[in-house]
Amino acid sequence: MEFAPHTERDVETMLRTIGASSVNDLFTVIPASIRLDGGLSIPNGHAEADVLREMAALAARNQSADDLVCFMGAGAYDHHVPSMVWAVLSRGELATSYTPYQPELSQGVLQTLFEYQTMICELTGLDISNAGLYDGGSALAEAVNLATGATKRRSVVLAGAINPHYSGVLATQGAGLGLEIRHAGWGSDGLASLETVRDAATDSAAVVVQQPNLFGCIEDLPALAEIARAAGAKLIVHQDLTASGILEAPGALGADVVVAEGQPFGNHLNFGGPYAGVIACRTSDVRRLPGRLVGETVDRNGKRAFVLTLQAREQHIRREKATSNICTNQTLNTLAVAVALAWYGPQGLRELGEQCVARAHYARDRLLEQAGATALFPDSPFFKEFAVRVPADPEAVCEYAAAEGFLAGVPLSRLLPGRGLDDALLVAVTEKRSRDEIDGLVDVIARACKEVG
Amino acid sequence: MLDTGAESLVFELSRPGRRASSLPSLDVPAAPADAIPATARRSKPPALPEVAERDLVRHYTRLSQRNYGIDLGFYPLGSCSMKYNPKLAEDVAAMPGFRRLHPLQPESQIQGALQLLVELEAALCAVTGMEAVTFQPAAGAHGELTGLLIMRAFHEHNNDRRRRVIIPDSAHGTNPASVRLAGYEVSEVASDARGLVDLDALKRLIGPDVAGLMITNPNTLGLFEENIEHVAEMIHSVGGLLYYDGANLNAIVGHCRPGDMGFDIVHMNLHKTFATPHGGGGPGAGPLSVSARLAPFLPAPRPAFDESNGRYHWDQGDARSIGRVHSFHGNFGILVRASSYVRALGADGLRHVSEYAVLNANYLAAKLRDVYDLAFPQSQPMHEFVLTARKQKARGARAMDVAKRIIDYGFHPPTVYFPLVVDEAMMVEPTETESIETLDSFADAMRAVDREIDENPQVLHDAPLTAPVSRPDEARAARDLRARWHPNHHADAHESSLEGPEEKPSI
Repeated sequence: MEFAPHTERDVETMLRTIGASSVNDLFTVIPASIRLDGGLSIPNGHAEADVLREMAALAARNQSADDLVCFMGAGAYDHHVPSMVWAVLSRGELATSYTPYQPELSQGVLQTLFEYQTMICELTGLDISNAGLYDGGSALAEAVNLATGATKRRSVVLAGAINPHYSGVLATQGAGLGLEIRHAGWGSDGLASLETVRDAATDSAAVVVQQPNLFGCIEDLPALAEIARAAGAKLIVHQDLTASGILEAPGALGADVVVAEGQPFGNHLNFGGPYAGVIACRTSDVRRLPGRLVGETVDRNGKRAFVLTLQAREQHIRREKATSNICTNQTLNTLAVAVALAWYGPQGLRELGEQCVARAHYARDRLLEQAGATALFPDSPFFKEFAVRVPADPEAVCEYAAAEGFLAGVPLSRLLPGRGLDDALLVAVTEKRSRDEIDGLVDVIARACKEVG
Repeated sequence: MLDTGAESLVFELSRPGRRASSLPSLDVPAAPADAIPATARRSKPPALPEVAERDLVRHYTRLSQRNYGIDLGFYPLGSCSMKYNPKLAEDVAAMPGFRRLHPLQPESQIQGALQLLVELEAALCAVTGMEAVTFQPAAGAHGELTGLLIMRAFHEHNNDRRRRVIIPDSAHGTNPASVRLAGYEVSEVASDARGLVDLDALKRLIGPDVAGLMITNPNTLGLFEENIEHVAEMIHSVGGLLYYDGANLNAIVGHCRPGDMGFDIVHMNLHKTFATPHGGGGPGAGPLSVSARLAPFLPAPRPAFDESNGRYHWDQGDARSIGRVHSFHGNFGILVRASSYVRALGADGLRHVSEYAVLNANYLAAKLRDVYDLAFPQSQPMHEFVLTARKQKARGARAMDVAKRIIDYGFHPPTVYFPLVVDEAMMVEPTETESIETLDSFADAMRAVDREIDENPQVLHDAPLTAPVSRPDEARAARDLRARWHPNHHADAHESSLEGPEEKPSI
């Protein structure tokens, strides 16, 4: 199956116009020594129906969150994806368009991004949101770049339990610019230890905290903001946006930069991507903001129009002096965040948060009462995710649960090996998890602990 | 033609009390009142819009009608490979067995996904002549940074501290930006009169502190670097590595391979060569392939196959890995689409891609070159070509005017003012999926616009006349920054001026 429309007659006409005798003539500029004469060692092409069958067979070798009830989280969550999101975003005018550099032909994408930026400002409590980054991990790395650039300092403090996937991206990307990462761990309550953070914050560019943190616990942002301010460092908050209907906006509590993983709004699990990186900052830092920014203006005739603006920050203008190298980002996924947020509205967003809290608390209570689990951090407030110790190997528990139709959670030893968490399981409970499903999980974990423990 | 009516902002459609969302009824007890500490509670709800679902669907549908995509028409953006995106791939990506996988599921539950990745790795290695792939980079520039960090890790592993990376002056802006982020300095090498790397200039730049060279081939001017083997030898002779920016891979698929040219590191833009949709600026995918000696430095984990038990697994790598560059495994949904595309086309189909892409570009260049000057008339272009509107400028119309006017003829304009080394540049990349009729009608339109410069010059300055908006005031957007909606919009504070250069590339 091929998608080029050329007939033999077309090719003849075109070659005649060019003045070439064959298509191969057009490749003679490639030296013979490097020409690939044998062809590609790739199987032959197939018809559409055959490809669909082959791919369906591969898909069938996976067990998805449609097959197993999903209590896994740690950065990717099984929230509802409203049906209308991809119904509108699948339209070819949006899905098959390029980056909106020609505003006359891109008002649809530009206006939706402008609406997105507004919503992110509302959720984060900050002044300016860009038009999207790759994902939650790279958004953190970009935020730290912003902070090191603004403060002319080279170290960053990771306060408390931060998803190691995010801090891993930060460490990899920071290697080029000589970033020093100071880990200020968590206390026995699972929260950032303020004394440790205070000591580490001296001369640092930024204090980074995840809200809620990796364990699902709600951090004390005002206290961390105070520490960062005293040290002359930026406070960067990695925020779970699904909590923003009920948790105070980080910007209102002293955060200078907020980053997030946009996946929970409108984006499918997709085995980890494509997702949507979110970043917002204060107006004073806008010149250091990475990536694209949409601004409102008027056109030649005085009509409202949207354009990419402050492009002097970006690589295609500033080259090596740009704030970031990002070009193609995740626009369609960013639009999905905007459409889903419009679908939720303020009332729906609050209900989403309340439901996550209620269902997660119900699940933890039942696990403690009925499955022999103990809370890892019993006294710390939590949102939709929590950690419990189980009286059996969590990997074996998860395997047992999968056979019974559940993705029971993420064993914490996989995320934080060697930290004494070998018996701990991280469980995420979204608004989608019904009481029956939660009761089913509790029952299967209880049985698993007896049988594999 | 696009819808030229105005469309309100979603916030302006909002009415208190309306909503689209429905949440499950709460079938568990409400959380204790103190579950969330009072100090952490949100004090004022975010001002999200309150709109019914029907009105939201109409809003976004109308917005889509103010946007131009490949599905509407010809999109000859140079350096962007805006080809047709097969619908087959969308159906596959929407299969629950792919779309509904959690990234941390155990290997036993994701055998199909891992197999897909291992097989796609083999196909991409066949195309590039490399040995191993990471799928983590989400886009081309992300692949660049990953490749440069690998270059750095390789040199440091050999206790070899190097300082500079050489790039051509015609390079895409992401190249120098990525070089800086990897902690290297940029050394720019000039192009010669034929538009190729100036070998004498390159010789002067080469030294033991050169970490490597980054280049596209065909280069950013659409011309094949015929001395590439010699360039590779020069870089390798001082211990440097060669980085292939895959932006222009569409020109050579099946005809030659970066690995055979001497490259060590190659990124691919699957949203170009492998036909996944651009999505208004992503999601794309920028997988990076490397030669055997660099494979240990790739980000981990990587998908792998164990022949002894017939099972797929994640290979966690060792201490040489640079670590992860993505929260999870990269843009898997895009990899699924690219994998579908490879299976549909196969070896012959992929070879035809570059043949028809090069044929289309040369045909269109032949149809235009008597009216618009080719920037490098003595060199035969590959899959794209660069025109210069200097003759048109002398008659009163800039490349931007031509670009804006071509919109009124129903086409997306070519890339203008890029590459930076060409005066009044217009870069045209038709791709292989366009028919001779489309190319003819575009050529006719370009010729008609040229005639209008003399016959009706005002129309070029006013163009476009038929688009939803015309020549938005970009200076005002930067000077009076409004990057979000406010209920009392016109009382906003003003942002101080921060304008870009007048002639900026418009890709």
